[in-house]
Amino acid sequence: MKKLPFQKRTLALIAVLFPLLALFVYVALRSGPLAPVSVVLATVENKSISPKLFGIGTIEARYTYKIGPTFAGRVKRLDVHVGERVKAGQVLGEMDPVDLDERIRAQDATLKRANAQLNEAQARKDYAQTQALRYEQLLKARSTSEEVVATKQQDLLVAKAGLTAAREELSRVRAEREALEAQRSNLSLVAPVDGLVVSRDADPGTTVVAGQAVVELIDPSTLWVNVRFDQIRARGLAAGLSAQITLRSQAGELQAGRVLRVEPLADAVTEETLAKVVFDQIPDPLPPIGELAEITITLPTLAATPVVPNAAIHHKDSRLGVWQVTNGDLRFTAVSLGITDLEGRVQIREGLKLGDQVVAYSENALNEHSRIHVVDHIPGVTQ
Amino acid sequence: MHSWGKFVFTGMGLGLLIGITLSMAGIYRGMVDDAKVLLDNSGADLWVVQKDTLGPYAESSSLYDDIWRGIRGMPGVERAANITYLTMQVGKQDGDVRAMVTGVTPGEPGTPGWPPYLVAGRQITRSHYEAVADIASGFKLGDRIQIRRNHYTIVGLTRRMVSSNGDPMVFIPLKDAQEAQFLKDNDAIREQRRRTAENPAFNRPGVPGLLDAVIASQSTNPYVNAVLVRVEPGHAPEEIAESIRRWKRLTVYTRSQMEEILVGKLIATSARQIFMFLVILSIVSSAIVAFIIYTLTLGKIREIAVLKLIGTKNRTIVGLIMQQSIALGLIGFVVGKISATLLMAPIFPKYVLLQPLDSVMGFIAVVMICVLSSIIAIRAALRVDPAEAIGG
Repeated sequence: MKKLPFQKRTLALIAVLFPLLALFVYVALRSGPLAPVSVVLATVENKSISPKLFGIGTIEARYTYKIGPTFAGRVKRLDVHVGERVKAGQVLGEMDPVDLDERIRAQDATLKRANAQLNEAQARKDYAQTQALRYEQLLKARSTSEEVVATKQQDLLVAKAGLTAAREELSRVRAEREALEAQRSNLSLVAPVDGLVVSRDADPGTTVVAGQAVVELIDPSTLWVNVRFDQIRARGLAAGLSAQITLRSQAGELQAGRVLRVEPLADAVTEETLAKVVFDQIPDPLPPIGELAEITITLPTLAATPVVPNAAIHHKDSRLGVWQVTNGDLRFTAVSLGITDLEGRVQIREGLKLGDQVVAYSENALNEHSRIHVVDHIPGVTQ
Repeated sequence: MHSWGKFVFTGMGLGLLIGITLSMAGIYRGMVDDAKVLLDNSGADLWVVQKDTLGPYAESSSLYDDIWRGIRGMPGVERAANITYLTMQVGKQDGDVRAMVTGVTPGEPGTPGWPPYLVAGRQITRSHYEAVADIASGFKLGDRIQIRRNHYTIVGLTRRMVSSNGDPMVFIPLKDAQEAQFLKDNDAIREQRRRTAENPAFNRPGVPGLLDAVIASQSTNPYVNAVLVRVEPGHAPEEIAESIRRWKRLTVYTRSQMEEILVGKLIATSARQIFMFLVILSIVSSAIVAFIIYTLTLGKIREIAVLKLIGTKNRTIVGLIMQQSIALGLIGFVVGKISATLLMAPIFPKYVLLQPLDSVMGFIAVVMICVLSSIIAIRAALRVDPAEAIGG
């Protein structure tokens, strides 16, 4: 009589406990360190890769003109502002002449005085010449002494020397006036080329030292990018290669360009190689000088060789290699690598052949004793 | 015997408690494991850090970034690579994630510091603005993340690459990381420039260009946090560490010393907390088992008296109660193990590592606790007067 409900209970108990036990066994074996490692395999493929180099740089102008006075002085006026375009020969501004005009006037007066002195010397010489001639004739008529004639001859020589001195003094004074004139005209700040004003460093009234720039001009048609490539990834960089330029302000937009030159001097501190990349066409509007640009340089496409993804390359016991899977067995195979492209494909020189299966992704670090479980993608990775 | 259902449910309740206890042990193991994977993932045999610091994980350390050249030249050194670590908030379009940004030396896969394996994508190939992130950060392939002022594209994902705090790691090229570590926000930079410009020593009217030079020299960062060294096979790491200590006058840690620093110093306090919880939970569980068995026994005191009356041996009665107690423990353990593995471990924000050995020890502990806590019930059962079967 009591048997039936008891059996029912037993059944219910089994119904509860058995799945619990099954779940327990499943949990103990399929999770934690005992579980097999999920891996994604990749096949060694024959592919031609076109390696690329990637560097960053800043936009610079090839020619920068810093215009300023050649001597210390005060800025009188400055007609141009930043952003204006100027023509070659255009007067951009002027330095204050201070006392220069007065000094030119003084020099004018000195010039006149020198002229007068020249006239005076000329008159002296003429008189001395006449006297000398006259006394020579008197000597011939024996009406004067030889001594007086010698004196008159000497007077003439002195007067001639005085005339030369006065003439030279005049040219000296004239040259000095010209020098002042030159200084006076040098006070104007003139644009040497067609260009763009990028900086105005002093305003009227500012005193500047000799050589200090008042206005900075660039030649906008000579913009280039000063690019830095990590030396480890600069192999194959050469002048003439085509380049893609992405400005920081225009992410996603590519500008075409080419490598103008690779600098013979590398940066020894930052371990970078420097190069200059020019635009095929200068962008309009002009990108600001100093803007960051990303440069991708495409090297010639290489012949097809076996390649694997770089995620498959591992380091073990000071060897580079891949985890090769043959018939479900895991084995570390040392390989020697060739050239890498930016998409992460690596050429395999030795160690693997076409069609070999290697582990590209794994859920955990692998070792020889790992049990593996091949999947399409690692659990948890959202595609 | 309608109490069977009650018994199973009690066991399940107890199981949840045991599950938490097991997870607690798992959390502790997870913390230790976090510290160990950090060391494993760096792929280094030696850590060269600033003199007299416990860097780079437990203390800050900074070295000039060209020191690696001298270390690379020492006999027995196979590879030497700069590395920087910086724990910071990494920005994404919606919110930010706390992550340890690691700057790795460019090179080929297998360079010390590089993520040793990936779960998707590829390793970094450009020397700027690419990142490999741990999957725990929630980033996906192709995501654009922001570190300081620069945007980085996620090109690869990895797994179990965490700092000793369990923060996911984000690997970026070294030069970007140096900049990120140093770079202030734009306001701060402008303020700094203004301060420099106002200093008459740096802004002299007669020396044009001096101010620019000073500002430029203020905005460079030739530092890294550590140099990771891989030792050539056949050389003892300790010997090479000693020669670097002696000739380069830097502090060097070997793998075992680093583990000692991380496990013994960095996570010591939190590990003690977890251990305390573990002890408290064990005591609570055993108390609960004891109460349950005691109540169940008291509920059946009449039956026990009857058993005694008909001459059942004490051993049999003890066996019955103990069986009941152990059965309860077994159900509890099974439920606990399942709940810890399937519920706690995936949901818990920190890594929970459930080791089989811990489970075995947990099982033994559960059985022992059940046996011990049934003692009170057994004493009560044995003291029952057989006469009670007839009386009240």
